[in-house]
Amino acid sequence: MGKDIREDIAWAHINQDVLKSLENPRPLFWVIVFVALMMFGVGVGCEVYQYQMGMGVAGLNNPNVWGLYIATFIFWIGMSHSGTLLSAILHLMHADWRKPIYRFAEAMTTFSLMTAGLFVMVHLGRLWQFYYAVPYPNERWTWPNFQSPLLWDAMAIFTYLSSSVIFLYVGSIPDFAICRDNIHPGWRKNLYTLLALGWEGTDRQWRNFRVTYLTVACFLIPLAVSVHSIVASDFAMSQQPGWHVTSFPPYFVAGALYSGCAAIITLFIILRYVFKFEEYMTMPILKKTVRLTFAIAMVWTYLNLIEFASVWYSHDEVAKAVLIDKATGRFAPFWWAMNFCGSVVPFTMMVKRWQTSIPIMFAVSLLLNLGMWLERWMIVTPTFSHGYYPWTMDTHYWPSLVQWGIVFGSFGWFTLLFMVFCKIVPSVSMYEVKEMVYHRSLATKKAELGLEGGH
Amino acid sequence: MSKRHMLALYNNFDEAEAVVRELRNSEIKGFNAADDLVVKSPIEHPEVEEFLGHKPVNVQWFTLIGALSGGLLAFFLIAGSQANFYSQMKGGKPIVPFPPDFVLTYEMFILGGVYITVLGFLICAGLPARRSPLYSAKVSTDQIGLLVRVDDNSAATLRSIFTKHQALEIQEEAGK
Repeated sequence: MGKDIREDIAWAHINQDVLKSLENPRPLFWVIVFVALMMFGVGVGCEVYQYQMGMGVAGLNNPNVWGLYIATFIFWIGMSHSGTLLSAILHLMHADWRKPIYRFAEAMTTFSLMTAGLFVMVHLGRLWQFYYAVPYPNERWTWPNFQSPLLWDAMAIFTYLSSSVIFLYVGSIPDFAICRDNIHPGWRKNLYTLLALGWEGTDRQWRNFRVTYLTVACFLIPLAVSVHSIVASDFAMSQQPGWHVTSFPPYFVAGALYSGCAAIITLFIILRYVFKFEEYMTMPILKKTVRLTFAIAMVWTYLNLIEFASVWYSHDEVAKAVLIDKATGRFAPFWWAMNFCGSVVPFTMMVKRWQTSIPIMFAVSLLLNLGMWLERWMIVTPTFSHGYYPWTMDTHYWPSLVQWGIVFGSFGWFTLLFMVFCKIVPSVSMYEVKEMVYHRSLATKKAELGLEGGH
Repeated sequence: MSKRHMLALYNNFDEAEAVVRELRNSEIKGFNAADDLVVKSPIEHPEVEEFLGHKPVNVQWFTLIGALSGGLLAFFLIAGSQANFYSQMKGGKPIVPFPPDFVLTYEMFILGGVYITVLGFLICAGLPARRSPLYSAKVSTDQIGLLVRVDDNSAATLRSIFTKHQALEIQEEAGK
């Protein structure tokens, strides 16, 4: 495998390349922004229509009360785990190849959490009732039920979102200072001056920065695991057939890391081209990301099989019937597609030649995420369509166009936020790439000296 | 005695390190390397601490206090709200159930830890701050800066040390 990054890149050149990306992306950037805006417009239109006409237009009614909204909510929460994986876990493991790509993964975390949060409100229908999820007593001094996983969810997501934003911001301060020092006067310079907080790169600042970054990273890892475990508790703590499974929390966490990694590959390929980051988002780094994704895919596959086995051997006839219905009933094409995309498609990542093939990996990453979205849908809807009682059987349910429209719009919303972010905030961490180049060139020099000494 | 600031820029850490070692070993009137010397660099470089001497980092104390207060606040808020149920029938269930309350206590433990850690970072790193008058944008690109505060009388000695080690540029603040 070649080098992750060229060791002779001048530091000034790194600044220039990344700053250029803020001002001068390829035209495809504007095409993506336009398409995302259109998609978001469709979502907003559907939401306005649903708000005015009532939840009936979404086709949500007993027993199918969650539909695509909650399935997509879980999908976006899952997507957010990529940032924590690349930033925090790999940071603690001293995997420095993460440095050119972790910033956009952190941004993904933030924006996917924001998108997920929207789905809770869309799902509520009556937006003003959102405050029931806030730890605040009503006029009769009754507090929300702190023993409900739904309230845990609200708190966990708020904690994760705010901590991720803080982590993203703190990690970007040295880069904001670079932008402040090198960009032409104007609104951008004013913005970066404000965001840099007067950073000068003094030894005192770096010393405290290092400890802070490490500490927040240490907090983020258990937090990320707890967030998706709690989302899994929304299901596993209920009595619905097929959900009352102890392996749900690790299954959800593995699925989250999986979809997050797949999304990193997709965005890696897009950013690499759009912002001309070929020197930083290199093929060896793509290869490592692909291998990591494959490993997580296998963990997910194992846990997926465990989930089936848990249901099969639970002797809960209704839960078993739901599983059989998934494999042979109305949702069978989607269930099999989920298994195919989630467990079979990743094997293409084993082919060395394909690991660095941009078109193949782009297609594979999209298929993996399709599989992960289908997974969430296949958890939610078949169970609601096949409950314990006759009145909980719904053999005709199909999501309405309004639901599909809002789900479609959410991808536009996420893409829009993400692309605007990449246009304003350096999506490659300049100071960390410099560190990477510096430490690697130092190691090479030491190795050369060692060899010479040996002779 | 009036003091003035001087900033010398170097091409790499090795040159900067040599200067710092000489400054630490020299007897310069009105200059104490521990208090009057600041190293500015474009990257985080742990070796800077080695040649600069150990300086404490206190962010962890903020973390400890933040995490503990977050967790305690959450637990007592939840337990306090559940204490309402003294006047209501609970059917034999505990008034303050520990397992479900642990989840939110855990979340708030982390939330408090993160928020107060960042607050601690800002306090300990002295941010937000006005930039010093001798700031050079080259420090955020690829050069290492040594900012010193020195008596007017000793400025020439400092300048000669900087020059001896091939400083790329020396900036000097007017005497105060």
